[in-house]
Amino acid sequence: MRRIWKGQTLFMVWATLVAVGLAAPFVVYPVFAINVLVMALFASAFNLLLGYTGLLSFGHAAFLGSAAYATGWAAKSWGLGVLPSMATGVAVATVLGLVFGALALRRSGIYFAMITLGLAQVVYFLIVQMPWTGGEDGLQGIPRGKLIGIVDLGNSFAMYYFTYAVFLGAFWLIQRTIDSPFGQVARAIRENEPRAISLGYDVQRYKLLAFVLSASLAGLAGSLKAIALQFATLGDVAWQRSGEVVLMTLLGGMGTVLGPSIGALLVVTMEQYLASLGSWVTVITGGVFVVMVMAFRKGVVGEILALLRRTR
Amino acid sequence: MKSRFAVIAALLFAAGVASAADPKVSDDAVRIGVLTDMTGYYSDLAGPGSVEAARMAVEDFGGKVLGKPIAIVSADHQNKADVSSTIARKWFDEDKVDVIVDLVSSSTALAVMPVAAEKKRITLLSGPATTAITGEKCTPYNVHWTYNNWALANGTGREVVKQGGDTWYFLTADYVFGKSLEEDTAAVVKASGGKVLGASRHPSPGTTDFSSFLLQAQASGAKIIGLANAGADTVNAIKQANEFGITKKQNLAGLLVFISDINSLGLPTAKGMYLTTAFYWDRDDDSRKWSKRFFEKTKRMPTMVQAGVYSAVSHYLRAIQAAGTDDADAVMARMRETPVNDFFAKNGRIGPDGLHRHDMYLVQVKTPEESKYPWDYYKIAKVIPAAEAFPPISDKCPNVKK
Amino acid sequence: MIQALSGQLLLGLINGSFYALLSLGLAIIFGLLDVVNFAHGAQYMMGAFLAWMGLQYLGIGYWWALLLVPLAVGGTGLIVERVFLRRLQGLDPLYGLLLTFGLALVIEGAFHHAYGNSGSPYPVPESLRGGFDLGFMYLPKYRAWVVLVSLAVSLGSWFVIEKTRLGSYLRAGTENPKLLQAFGVNVPIMFMLTYGFGVALAAFAGVMAAPIYQVTPMMGSSLIMVVFAVVVIGGMGSILGSIVTGIGVGLVEGLTKFIWPQAASVVVFVLMALVLLVRPAGLFGRQK
Repeated sequence: MRRIWKGQTLFMVWATLVAVGLAAPFVVYPVFAINVLVMALFASAFNLLLGYTGLLSFGHAAFLGSAAYATGWAAKSWGLGVLPSMATGVAVATVLGLVFGALALRRSGIYFAMITLGLAQVVYFLIVQMPWTGGEDGLQGIPRGKLIGIVDLGNSFAMYYFTYAVFLGAFWLIQRTIDSPFGQVARAIRENEPRAISLGYDVQRYKLLAFVLSASLAGLAGSLKAIALQFATLGDVAWQRSGEVVLMTLLGGMGTVLGPSIGALLVVTMEQYLASLGSWVTVITGGVFVVMVMAFRKGVVGEILALLRRTR
Repeated sequence: MKSRFAVIAALLFAAGVASAADPKVSDDAVRIGVLTDMTGYYSDLAGPGSVEAARMAVEDFGGKVLGKPIAIVSADHQNKADVSSTIARKWFDEDKVDVIVDLVSSSTALAVMPVAAEKKRITLLSGPATTAITGEKCTPYNVHWTYNNWALANGTGREVVKQGGDTWYFLTADYVFGKSLEEDTAAVVKASGGKVLGASRHPSPGTTDFSSFLLQAQASGAKIIGLANAGADTVNAIKQANEFGITKKQNLAGLLVFISDINSLGLPTAKGMYLTTAFYWDRDDDSRKWSKRFFEKTKRMPTMVQAGVYSAVSHYLRAIQAAGTDDADAVMARMRETPVNDFFAKNGRIGPDGLHRHDMYLVQVKTPEESKYPWDYYKIAKVIPAAEAFPPISDKCPNVKK
Repeated sequence: MIQALSGQLLLGLINGSFYALLSLGLAIIFGLLDVVNFAHGAQYMMGAFLAWMGLQYLGIGYWWALLLVPLAVGGTGLIVERVFLRRLQGLDPLYGLLLTFGLALVIEGAFHHAYGNSGSPYPVPESLRGGFDLGFMYLPKYRAWVVLVSLAVSLGSWFVIEKTRLGSYLRAGTENPKLLQAFGVNVPIMFMLTYGFGVALAAFAGVMAAPIYQVTPMMGSSLIMVVFAVVVIGGMGSILGSIVTGIGVGLVEGLTKFIWPQAASVVVFVLMALVLLVRPAGLFGRQK
């Protein structure tokens, strides 16, 4: 029964995603949709670490932002094409992920989170100090260029579908990782680390691998953001951005596949449409946090799934 | 039958021609977008006050221009260049906004200006400071209305040196705005015969305690400590300078200070400080009249940024009226041709680089004894005429025909 | 040169004692309740604001504020613990963290909406104005007062927790609350009071800060990152650790401002990374 249910869910998930995604730029402003996808990718990458491996990182913005700046620099100053620039960004995020992981994973729980936060602050500082990042003006005017020299990404629709393709690809990768033996071990570590150790798994290596993968994918989101929105700014490396991704994951449902993406959709939409309310946005965001933690810990998707399971 | 059809067709055709000859207002309304910092560091000196100023301008104009309604939208750019750029794009593409006003910080302004230029829409900047706006980054669709770094550096720097403050030490916010303000002021100080003894760069934002930087300033022995920062940084620095007794032997020169800052500092702490401003509410009857109306709505006296927004929006609407269209090229030309004459500026002129040159005022903060009523904070020490207050037209600006 | 350095180090000591006071509340709450109180910065801000409001609207001066404001804000802490945190006990500490983070946003947003961003002036109390000319620098009386009070309160709290009976109950409560309850100690009330006490400490620091820093809604969020780093470096459950580290960080920052000022805001994080590599539990921490 469960296997069939799982197969059905999976199909429904994919069908919904594909349909909504294809129709999106005709319904909403394409740049808004791109923003949602980039954040959804960021949150999904983050969830790989939090929901599936049980590690809370407070410094994920470092990966998003450093990749965005690296990609921007590669495209703007070295004149690299779209794919090579993005590859540069992802590479930077991956290396950073390795460094962060090696340092932070020596501790667990809240200490781990604090180390990631501290390291992210150092990255922020370094980026501010480097003259080529443009300080608080950020890196602007990043060219969109032509994909493989053919498709002009200057067109909003083309840019959107490219973003969507990358998102789907990354999402598929995350899905496969979760379902793989590696993903199973990661979940075991989250559930009961001592038992996983006693079963003979090299827990540290698994954690590091999960961390680096999460960082790379967050970097992919950052690279995409830089090309699509054409700038990289300090906001992408600030600790508030790290907090935002935690909110998205929590809101959508950590430990679910679609959750972070839904969370990203909700948060980006909220920020967009509440923009004219000024300080109330902060109060509302905080209120949402409180309500989610007290009453809806499973997040939107999680609660829906639980509801569906109950009605069966 | 045929002739009646012909008559109707002719009438319709005539109506079509007539409406084409009507003054052209794109999308049947003039939409003004106030893009400002509603929740962050600059929310008090611009923010909701700027939105209100824009509203007052529209209301005073009658709510309509060329028979079409005027609408105002507003949003919070949170001082982020990417957020401003995204909102600006959306406003231009989806919401048919014709002009974006305020923008308050240099980085957001620099992000939005090229977007506007690309789509042939106008930006009216009140608040950003960097001289690059009318220099190498200038666009033909931009007006830099209220003040810029050069005006501040020149006003405060030159005058203070003339009054005897010839040795300077800078306390600078360590980012683009602070560093450029320091640079501009240092140049003026040296040109006026003064000396710069050193500078301390502090992280910004993120510094609440300036005591160690102030200590270094004190150790330098400079007569004047120039504060090349803004907002909370300036306010904290001034407060702590007082606390550490630094103001007994040295004078502070606030390079970018708004009346909202003085209000939050209080006169006992801020007294005696020199600063340059584009507007003071209590300057003359006209400014008082308008400012009192502003006060009724917002419970605060307007800063120069907010007064600038009103003035810019009014000038823009008058230009549309005179030009008979809201087409950006025509309106820009009209705005440049027409001098600005309102409570904000007398005989202000917008140059081909987009810089609005008007008189600036060197003011000194009053002592508590000198202040007779709420918000009675400044005495005007000198009126700096437009020709001296602003830089000459920069040859770095591509618009300017050589 | 020595003069300038001594001045910076003395300032560092002053700041450090302030960090110690602020991180004390955090350390107590984490050490005894296993909750990472992200709302600490907002509660500190409330302390400063309430002191200002007390003066502005009720004519309550500084000295009364020092006593009344922490009680008032501590009271809100009691409510938070009872209504929110108690229900999260036993769950992953992540939730406590997220909850307090959300509360911080609500508090800061509400104050920001009401009071804007510029801040309000709060005068230094009469008896503490002026200062001492030490030759290499001028030391304001108020700053000296801050050092004395911070050290007194910090050491006093440490004493209560480590050396008294009440303290031993608190410590036992973290180890094994059920057993302690079986001995007749009202553990839930104890936890509630502990959180309230930690919050009151934050508010106390806020009142102390009001005459020096501008009272603005964002004043807490600028400091909180540093305070967290201090607590982590010191060892998250160790009260002595946060006191010593607070002072240490202040001194290191002072030194940095002398050598490379721009790095002053980031040096604490570098320090944190270094310490955690060498001593994973923090300088004084115990492996949990």
